Amino acid sequence: MNAEALLLSLRLAATVSLLLLFFALPLAYALAFLKWPGKFLVESIVALPLVLPPTVLGFYALIAMGPRGPLGKLWQSLFGHSLAFTFAGLVIASLVYSLPFAVQPLVTAFESLDRRLLDASAVLGASNARTFFRIILPLAWPGVLTSLVLSFAHTLGEFGVVLMVGGNLPGVTRTVSIDIYDRAQALDYAGAQQTALLLLAVCFLVLSLVYAVNRRVWSPWPVR
Amino acid sequence: MVTLARSVNPAVLSVQIRKQFSASGAAPFVLDVSASFSPGFTVLFGPSGSGKSTLLDCIAGLQLPDSGEIRLGEEIFFDAAQRINIPPQRRELAYVFQSLALFPHLSVDQNIRYGLAKVAAAEQRRRVEESVAAFHIETLLQRRPGELSGGEKQRVALARALVTQPRILLLDEPLTGLDAVLRRSILEDLHAWSANRPIPILYVTHNREEVDAIGEHVLTLSNGRVQESGAPRAVLDAPRSVELAQAAGFENVLSAKVLEHRPADGVMRVALDDGPSELEIPLGDAMPGSEVCVAIRAGDILLATEAPHFLSARNVLPGTIESLETRGVLVQVKVKAGAVFLVHVTPSAARSLDLSPGQIIWLVIKTHSCHLVR
Repeated sequence: MNAEALLLSLRLAATVSLLLLFFALPLAYALAFLKWPGKFLVESIVALPLVLPPTVLGFYALIAMGPRGPLGKLWQSLFGHSLAFTFAGLVIASLVYSLPFAVQPLVTAFESLDRRLLDASAVLGASNARTFFRIILPLAWPGVLTSLVLSFAHTLGEFGVVLMVGGNLPGVTRTVSIDIYDRAQALDYAGAQQTALLLLAVCFLVLSLVYAVNRRVWSPWPVR
Repeated sequence: MVTLARSVNPAVLSVQIRKQFSASGAAPFVLDVSASFSPGFTVLFGPSGSGKSTLLDCIAGLQLPDSGEIRLGEEIFFDAAQRINIPPQRRELAYVFQSLALFPHLSVDQNIRYGLAKVAAAEQRRRVEESVAAFHIETLLQRRPGELSGGEKQRVALARALVTQPRILLLDEPLTGLDAVLRRSILEDLHAWSANRPIPILYVTHNREEVDAIGEHVLTLSNGRVQESGAPRAVLDAPRSVELAQAAGFENVLSAKVLEHRPADGVMRVALDDGPSELEIPLGDAMPGSEVCVAIRAGDILLATEAPHFLSARNVLPGTIESLETRGVLVQVKVKAGAVFLVHVTPSAARSLDLSPGQIIWLVIKTHSCHLVR
């Protein structure tokens, strides 16, 4: 089993899911509570990675990050090296790829909150920020957890995007799923099996954890 | 000092707003209200869907009217013409929702303190103690709302609202679902609290008993408009519209034609449109020959299994029982006596009279149980 690939994948998944939470919280707030023109466009952009083949997403990410792409040029001028085929490049592509898995549980959790609780908070003099941190976040926390875990698990298992943007550099961009693919190609079924089983177990474990927590704690929406 | 100034010159809440809701297909609902609320209790009464909660939401700043203005004394809350809309946070009013909206993840104590974030600690402690004592919830402070009974939740919601020392109090059916005894005791606490705080209190209910218990002033809404305003007895005991009569608990609203006035007796006779029956009702402002409606409570009609004699009641109508239906602690009897009358009797009365469908029965109705409505 390739521990280096596994550690890399875990590092990538952790980085991406935490970063995503920062982007997803305000985005989900805007989608769930605010009225603004063009909201449907943003909603469809957020959901796009769900239906787009990962290779298509990866292809455009590669173009953007390449030496002549806008993102690649910007990165080159800031850090002095190219973005494609680096860990940072993987992170950026994965942020886009896993965005719907971070945003949608939050939107669902926010939308299912009792609006009268938010009204009550406002009438009692609380600012929107205070309402968010004292009422919305604590009541929607199972949604926050779901968002974190789903984007973590989804990033952990991604393949197409990584292959397109990251290539296959050991310790830099060779993640577990790439490792499994390599081994299966080289007919090392025993090696592939070990890693695959581990990945299966990890994903199953985190999901069980989420569902268990969602059921046991006081939950603002009915858990089915 | 502030409280003193306010009690010397209590502010009147004046509302003059219009808000249209366009529902697809159906005719749009329009809330069009112009009213002013003096300090003290005003009961907002009306059938569900008449716009009571929307009106409170507009006053609280939770919904935006299309036009008009809302002001408390000289202070403008909302003015469409001047494009002023003060957010709910800065209106300094209290609003108890029908759902109560207690924060489920906070303790009773934290719920009550929630609106006091900007109040100094010592003052906070004093006010919390005061309102906790006023609503008798000392023993509940460490509990979560999920661990409270219905009545306890309602007390906590009132304490949380009133601890902020609001300038207006909005109550949207705060006591629904409670039994009469509990309701009365909470109302007493609310009365005691409001006795030395002259602020406008708007109390939405469609419970007749609550109207009588609060009973200072009642304003009736119907289909988004103010219908009547006055003392509860004047407005609700003699409802002047059919809708309102139904909302006020008059099960029988019958159309009729005025036959003649008998001013000497203070009565007039009407003929029911359905069937040959005539009724004697209190003299009203409808001219002979005009079409009117007569509202009678199902509980105000007596049943007799034989033709009664020597009665003071002036209306005795023969009829046939169409159906009997047990509803909780009363039996609803449908009697065809020309028009169809609904009559409420107790289960024991129904048993001892041995009522059954098809039976011949006499309806006995006092003149003053009949109310003329438009």
